[in-house]
Amino acid sequence: MKEFYPYKNKQRKNRFLSVGTFILMVSAFLVWFPLLLMVAASLMPEDELLWRYLSPLGIAKAPVRISLLPSYPSCEAFIELLLRSPGFFVMFWNSCIQVFPMLLGQLFVGTPAAWTFARLDFPGRQWLFRLYVLLMVLPFQVTQVSNYLVLDQMNLLNSHLSLILPGIWSTFPVFIMTRSFEAAPKALLEAAYLDGAGEVRAFFLVGIPTGYPGIVTALVLGFIDAWNTLEQPIAYLKDMQLWPLSLYLPDIVQDKAAVAFAAGIVMMIPPVLLYLNGEGKLEQGIASSGVKE
Amino acid sequence: MNRRQRRKNVTAGLFLAPSLCGVCLFSVLPFGDVVRRSFLDARGYAFVGMQNFRIVWGNGAFRLAVANTLRFMITVIPVLFVFSLYLSILIAQSKKGQRLFRISLVLPIVIPAAAIILVWKILFCTDGFFNQVLSFISKRKWDLDWVNGQTAFLVLTVTYLWKNTGYDLLLWLAGLSAIPESLYDAARVDGAGSLAQIRYVILPCLRGTMGLVMVLSVVNSFRVYREAYLLAGSYPDLSIYMLPHLFSHWFITLDVQKMSTAAVMLVVGAGIAMGIFYAIVAGIKHKDGHFSAF
Repeated sequence: MKEFYPYKNKQRKNRFLSVGTFILMVSAFLVWFPLLLMVAASLMPEDELLWRYLSPLGIAKAPVRISLLPSYPSCEAFIELLLRSPGFFVMFWNSCIQVFPMLLGQLFVGTPAAWTFARLDFPGRQWLFRLYVLLMVLPFQVTQVSNYLVLDQMNLLNSHLSLILPGIWSTFPVFIMTRSFEAAPKALLEAAYLDGAGEVRAFFLVGIPTGYPGIVTALVLGFIDAWNTLEQPIAYLKDMQLWPLSLYLPDIVQDKAAVAFAAGIVMMIPPVLLYLNGEGKLEQGIASSGVKE
Repeated sequence: MNRRQRRKNVTAGLFLAPSLCGVCLFSVLPFGDVVRRSFLDARGYAFVGMQNFRIVWGNGAFRLAVANTLRFMITVIPVLFVFSLYLSILIAQSKKGQRLFRISLVLPIVIPAAAIILVWKILFCTDGFFNQVLSFISKRKWDLDWVNGQTAFLVLTVTYLWKNTGYDLLLWLAGLSAIPESLYDAARVDGAGSLAQIRYVILPCLRGTMGLVMVLSVVNSFRVYREAYLLAGSYPDLSIYMLPHLFSHWFITLDVQKMSTAAVMLVVGAGIAMGIFYAIVAGIKHKDGHFSAF
C-alpha cells in the first residue's frame, strides 16, 4: 500500500534519527524479540534445548540461557513433529474441522444480516443492532451458561458441533461487516435502484463488491480468534480426541518437550500467512469499518 | 406505509432471519431460561425472589473477580488507547518503513496464545530472562516468580498491551488516513506546532474511531484470560482472579444456580454501561436520530 498519511512533521526534517523513529524501532523490537526467541528455539536440537530451557519447559530448575540463534541449527524437531507425532495431526485436523465450517456459516448468515442493518430501514433496527453489540461485548463465560443449556438440550456436548454452531451465530462478524457496508457509497446504490434492481440484486451487485474488504476482515479476525480458542473447548470437549490444537499445545510439553517450540511455530503459520496475504484487504476493511463521516 | 417501504421490510426480514433465528436459539432464548433459573431455588422448583442475587452479591469470590476485572480494564484500556494512538501518529509521520513498522506492530494479533506461551515462561519464570537482566542491573540476586505473585497483574498488563496494540493501531491509522492534508496545512499556516496539530486536527477528526477502539478494547480485555490460564492455571494469584476464572470454577462444579444469577447481573451491568457509552457518543456526535452503528 502506498504512503497515504498526509500528516508529516516538517520541523524535524534534518535530524538523523528522530525520537519518534527510535520509539518505533524499540516497539518493533519488543514484538520481534519473543518471536525470534521462539524461531531460534524451534531450530535447536534436543540437547541444546534442554541445556538452555530446562526451567521453562518444566523439567528441572536451571537458569535459562537465551539465544536468538541456535548453535547447531537442525530441523530435528520439525521432522519429529511432522513425521512421528500422529497426535499432532489429529489435533491440527480438529482445529480445521472446527474453524472452517464455522467461518463459512458466519459468511452465509452474517453477510445478509449486516447488509440489512447497514442499508435497509425497518422498525426496531437500532434496538436490534444494540442487542447484537451487547452480545458481542459480553465475554464468553457469561453467555456460556445459556449456550451450555442449549447444547445440552440438543445433545451436542462433546462434539465438534458444540463449537461450530454457536460460533456461526457470533455477532462480531455482523458488527464488523455492518460498519463496512455503511461506508459503501450511497450514489452507487441509488443508481442500482434507478436501474430497477430489487433489494436482493442490489445486495449482490453493490453490497458484496463494496463491502468485500469488510467481509474479508471479519473472516480473518474470525479465523484468528477461532484458531486461538481455549474457553469453548475447555468447557465443551471432554474427549481429548476432539481437542483443537490450541488446547493440545500446552500439553505437548509434557509429552515431548523437544518438539514444543516447533509445534508452536507450525500452529502460528496459518494465521501469519493469512495476515500477510490479506494485509491490504484487512487494512481497507478496518479502515472502512473505523472511519465514518 | 407505501408499497416500496413494505417490500423493504419484507426483504429486511428475510435477510435478517437466518442470523436472528440462530442468535435467538443460542443466546436470547436460553438467556430467558437463565433469568428464570436465577429466581428459582437450586432444584429449580420454588420461586425464591432475590435470594440468589443476595447470595452471589455476598460471595467473596464474585466480588474479588468483579473488582479485579474492573481494575484490569481501567488500568489497561486507557494505557492501550494512548500508547497505540501515539505509535500510530509516529508511523503516520515517519517517512520510511511505514509498512515495516505497521506489519511488525500488528503481527502479535495473529500469534496464538498457546504458541507463544513458552517464550513468556522463558522471560518470566524464576530462572528467567527478566530476573537475569534485573540481577545484572542491580548487582543482587533476583528470583521473583513473576506469574505467581502480586506481579502477575503486571505480566498480564504487558501481555495485553503486546497483543492488542496492533489492533488499535490499525484503527487509528485508518482514521488518520482519512484526514485531508489541507487541514494540516491550514493548521500550520495558523502557526500550529506538532502538539497543536494533534490537539486541534487529529483528535477531533478521530472522534469517530474512538468509540470503536473502546468497544474492541473491552472485548479483547476478556481474551487475556487465555494467557492468564496458560501461564498461571485455573487457580492464579488473587490479584488476577477475574470473572472468567470464577465462571470456569462454577462451571466445573456445574453450579448453574450461581452462574445464572451472576450472568444476569453482568448482562444488566453491561447493558447499563453500554447505555451510558451510547449516551456519551451521541452527545459527542450531536446525531439527530440518524441510525449509525454507534
